[in-house]
Amino acid sequence: MSVLESVRIALRALTVNKLRSILTMLGIIIGVGAVIALMSVGQGVQNLVRDQLQSAGSNLLIIVPGRLQDQAGDPRRTRPSQPLTMSDWRAINDPLLVPDVIVAVPEAGGNADVSRGRVSLRIGVTGTTEAYTFIRNYAVVEGTFITPEDVAGEARVVALGSRVATELFDADEYPIGQSIKLNGLPFRVIGVMEEKGGGGFGSFDDLVFVPVTTAQQRLFPYLRSSRGEPTVSLILAKVVSEDLMSAATAEIEDLLRQRHNITYLNEDDFSVINQADILDIFGSIIGVLNTFLGGIAAISLLVGGIGIMNIMLVSVTERTREIGLRKAVGAKRHHILTQFLVEAVVLSLIGGFIGMLLGFVGAQAIASLSADLQAVITADAILLATSFSTAVGLIFGIYPALRAAQLHPIDALRYE
Amino acid sequence: MSAQPSQPVIDIHDVAKIYQMGDVQVHALRGVSLRVFPGELMAIMGPSGSGKSTLMNILGALDVPTSGEYRLDGQEVGRMNDDQLAEARNKKIGFVFQSFNLLPRTSAVANVELPLVYGGISNRRQRAIAALEQVGLGDRLYHNPNELSGGQQQRVAIARALVNTPSIILADEPTGNLDSKSGAEIMRIFQQLNEENGITIIFVTHEPDIAEHTRRIIRLQDGYIISDSRVKNPRRATEQAYTRRARDLTDGNGDRGTVGDAPAGETQTVPASETQTAPAGEVEETA
Repeated sequence: MSVLESVRIALRALTVNKLRSILTMLGIIIGVGAVIALMSVGQGVQNLVRDQLQSAGSNLLIIVPGRLQDQAGDPRRTRPSQPLTMSDWRAINDPLLVPDVIVAVPEAGGNADVSRGRVSLRIGVTGTTEAYTFIRNYAVVEGTFITPEDVAGEARVVALGSRVATELFDADEYPIGQSIKLNGLPFRVIGVMEEKGGGGFGSFDDLVFVPVTTAQQRLFPYLRSSRGEPTVSLILAKVVSEDLMSAATAEIEDLLRQRHNITYLNEDDFSVINQADILDIFGSIIGVLNTFLGGIAAISLLVGGIGIMNIMLVSVTERTREIGLRKAVGAKRHHILTQFLVEAVVLSLIGGFIGMLLGFVGAQAIASLSADLQAVITADAILLATSFSTAVGLIFGIYPALRAAQLHPIDALRYE
Repeated sequence: MSAQPSQPVIDIHDVAKIYQMGDVQVHALRGVSLRVFPGELMAIMGPSGSGKSTLMNILGALDVPTSGEYRLDGQEVGRMNDDQLAEARNKKIGFVFQSFNLLPRTSAVANVELPLVYGGISNRRQRAIAALEQVGLGDRLYHNPNELSGGQQQRVAIARALVNTPSIILADEPTGNLDSKSGAEIMRIFQQLNEENGITIIFVTHEPDIAEHTRRIIRLQDGYIISDSRVKNPRRATEQAYTRRARDLTDGNGDRGTVGDAPAGETQTVPASETQTAPAGEVEETA
């Protein structure tokens, strides 16, 4: 008797009680569905983060105030953070001080009311310099970006993210040269940015860009250090090449420690992050999430498995006479064992496949909530679901199948 | 059967079967010897508790004797393990049960194929169809049991018993669940298979009516064979015979006692000493 034949017998046995079979599968369906959905979305998030980091350009270092990693640093040696200032940026941007950095840009900003006519939006405003487009790999499609002169002159000019532009201007209007208001101050539109999407914490397309000096002086006057110096929220630095990343990091760290008067015993009050670090952080977050999901899935599969075992035991009892007859006409132990084991595995495998399909559908549904997120169905997920449901069928089917195989033909035939 | 072939298909010698029920031993068979030769048509009779079911289980390789020897087609069955017994059943024995025991929701032909499936035999469909045609069900191949009458179901069961060309067919009260007309039809098929195809058939029954259709009757009581007799003129199973029989019974001409009673009536007609209390009574002797 071939496995194919056993599968056919099992399918027939399962279709006799369709509702019961489906209800039995439910535990497996939910377990596998949840795992597949969340794995696909998780993979999608990971891909999204990676893509955005790459689209932001490689060889990028991000300098932020405060310590991000290694929170366990000795608190006695960690002084209250100093903010990063414009002069910190100028120092990093100085090729004589940090030779391995091509260029650095500051980012300073906040949320502002952006309005034109009757349309008013609450939007993120990023103050930066002309090199921003180069560092972020972010191009202007119409007009120009901020120029060095704009930065020097604190000019009231603004470049719009693509979605902001479509919100504020009709399709047939030409935005360049038009006037809009930021926090009530009139600004002249000088450029519209390409569509970029993404940005782990909101899309670039929803931002507007102004000269960093304008942001600090006119829009967000609270961006000051305790000594009255204009501050920035972060500094982006483009390194000459990939293999100089650690050298550049060391140069920046030395420079900032010196500038912030940190003695050699004390910890840094800033962080230099590269993309690998960010990917690591995301990876570990997703890892924790996956462990958590794995736990839920394991419980669900356990419950599903017990359901399968229960139904298989019922089935063995119901079909005692059938088992007796099969034995009377020559079925050996292994025939009966295989028959019931295959039935349990088929039951949980079908459940697994249905779960997988539902998981994919669920993942697509979750992913459709965000324009940039795409659920990724990996071969890993399919393999995992298949092997897990097979394993559940085998583990929870073996006991009922053994009971069936060990029935004595005479007793089984006589069973009422 | 004057010129019997030298090799018996069944040869049991001094077979005993003792069941352990808790701490009492039940002697179901107490040393039974029996030879059955190819082509025989015989009946094993006896009241409940006589050991005939036990004997049938042993003859059918469903169970092994506690002591004694059983050669089936020259092969010693007494010391086989479960899987070897299964193979012996598959190759050498065909069962026909009182309650048909067909797989529900499974076509007649698939039911008949079942022994071939476990025997690992190839042209199964062909052989199953041939067996069904032999019992006159060539036009009901793909009917499920619930679409067949009781007599037809039993014929499917006979086809299933035939399909492996076994050495013997064991029929356990094969007409017990049938009306007399279907019963006569079944007996006719059995007689035909025996006479035309030379198939060895053993009935296990408490109905003298069935036994009269055979050529040899073994009577069991209290675990012993008490008689082994030849039937001079076996009855021919025809519908007329059964109709006559039924008329006799309704006329009150019940010369054969319990014949025709429902199986449930069996225990009432058997003397108390021969019912379940009989084996228990024997405990005192052996303990």
